[in-house]
Amino acid sequence: MDLTKLNIKEAHKGLKNKDFSAFELAIAYLDKIEKEDDRINAFLSVDREGALGQAREADKRILSGNMTALTGIPTAIKDNILVKGLKNTCGSKILENYIAPYSATVIEKLKEEGVIILGKTNMDEFAMGSSTENSAFGVTKNPHDLERVPGGSSGGSAAAVTTDFCCFALGSDTGGSIRQPASFCGVVGLKPTYGAVSRYGLTAFASSFDQIGILTKSVEDSQIVFETISGLDSKDSTSAEVRPPQSCGGRTSANLKNLRIGIPKEYFEGDFETKKTIQESLKLLQNQGAKLIDISLPNTKYALPAYYIIAPSEASANLSRYDGIKFGLSEEGEDLLDGYLKTKEKGFGDEVKRRIMIGTYALSSGYYDAYYLRAQKVRTLIKADFDKAFEKVDIIITPTTPTSAFKIGEKMDPLSMYLSDIFTVSVNLAGLPAISIPVGSTEAKLPIGLQIIGKPFEENKILNIAKIYNNI
Amino acid sequence: MIKKEDVRHIAKLARLGISISEEVGLQKDLSSVLDYVNLLNKVDVSDVEPTYHPMAKFFKKNIIREDIGEDQQIADDLIKLMPQIEERHTKVKSILN
Repeated sequence: MDLTKLNIKEAHKGLKNKDFSAFELAIAYLDKIEKEDDRINAFLSVDREGALGQAREADKRILSGNMTALTGIPTAIKDNILVKGLKNTCGSKILENYIAPYSATVIEKLKEEGVIILGKTNMDEFAMGSSTENSAFGVTKNPHDLERVPGGSSGGSAAAVTTDFCCFALGSDTGGSIRQPASFCGVVGLKPTYGAVSRYGLTAFASSFDQIGILTKSVEDSQIVFETISGLDSKDSTSAEVRPPQSCGGRTSANLKNLRIGIPKEYFEGDFETKKTIQESLKLLQNQGAKLIDISLPNTKYALPAYYIIAPSEASANLSRYDGIKFGLSEEGEDLLDGYLKTKEKGFGDEVKRRIMIGTYALSSGYYDAYYLRAQKVRTLIKADFDKAFEKVDIIITPTTPTSAFKIGEKMDPLSMYLSDIFTVSVNLAGLPAISIPVGSTEAKLPIGLQIIGKPFEENKILNIAKIYNNI
Repeated sequence: MIKKEDVRHIAKLARLGISISEEVGLQKDLSSVLDYVNLLNKVDVSDVEPTYHPMAKFFKKNIIREDIGEDQQIADDLIKLMPQIEERHTKVKSILN
């Protein structure tokens, strides 16, 4: 039996029945990573010794009979989520040698369950990108076609789950960074509501968008991990404990009948690669009794420009901390200012510099009202579009991306890269939860993802509907 | 197209060192992004309030806690990350000459 093929639920069953030990499970993954990651480059660092130590502890816990659904389950963590004692590079030269002095709250929660942390995964530098090509440590390859990108910025995590280098992985999603790579790699990617999961220990990119989320082999797995890592955290004042009534909890295909699915026309305009597959998926849901309701989110076309003002603005403030004084790369300068300039010049890659420049421009005197403030007002309108739509529908379904995975080096122009987030950014502007699930593939056998968007804090509803879809 | 002086001015505000060749690339890239985001000028935002927190309605009051020190060890670990340390202080170049 190939242990690495198992999802969380299956691995848990095997561990519980003593078919194999947590140690054997961890070894299977570590050996596979060692043998095969040269061609994928999903990992930036692997903690073999630490993982095996955790596996031994997990085995003791299993023997003592107090295991949970995640005890002994091996995971991979995006390299912008702090794991105490491990490097946290964010895919950047400026943090190349930075060792995390503490763990993120999500990591503490996973460790409490006895999860095994195999290593840290590759990403676009500071999560800025949609392909992992912006990593300072080389691109990750799409396991379905090594000439193509895995998506980004959580490309390493998505590729690791796809290649069975881990049972599940954590990522972060600021403008689509979990859903887009999940779609390109053919795995399940959940971006929770802004505030549903603590961001303590997640390296900040754009603080009003950033959210930690989950990449898994199945929807059930996503639900198990979400239940573990979500909730209020005293260390993150933007985290929340909101448990809305789960009107869809326990739904089965038999009662998809009253489900109202909003289909926003703005996401289906013109001809694009993934359209037909998504429309066929919608038919399947309709055949089960769900009602497809045409809706409009009229400000959709302004989402991407608003995002590319607000996110870089927040980033320019967040990244000012990398000045060579407190931690990270530190270049000697003639004076204090010269040291800042040299540290950032050497430490940051092109895309990070670009975004700092855009953000600084949008926030600078004379341009603040015209760019930043205007974009924040447009954000209000985009959010209002969703609020209005959700008055008459339960969920909204769209394609996750207009195309399947593109080729490495294909999108050299920054703007064309930004456009790959076109179907995912609105959700971040509005702070909503959304999941991408694989629903088919192109003629070239590249995966296609479908995005289900829910009302705030209704993760369980979109997860349940995704489960029903998979059981059709 | 934004001017080269503007690129230099923004880089200065951002405390970001850029080379001459980067300056040319940034001038082009920034101009194309700014052209694109100018699409926002078509939106009527006259009576619209800005959104700074996407889930503000779930956060009706400020989040505060008692001012009690917690983990002492973390402070020492953070100090260890500083590139130049003298005792428990970070060392920087003089600011005033």
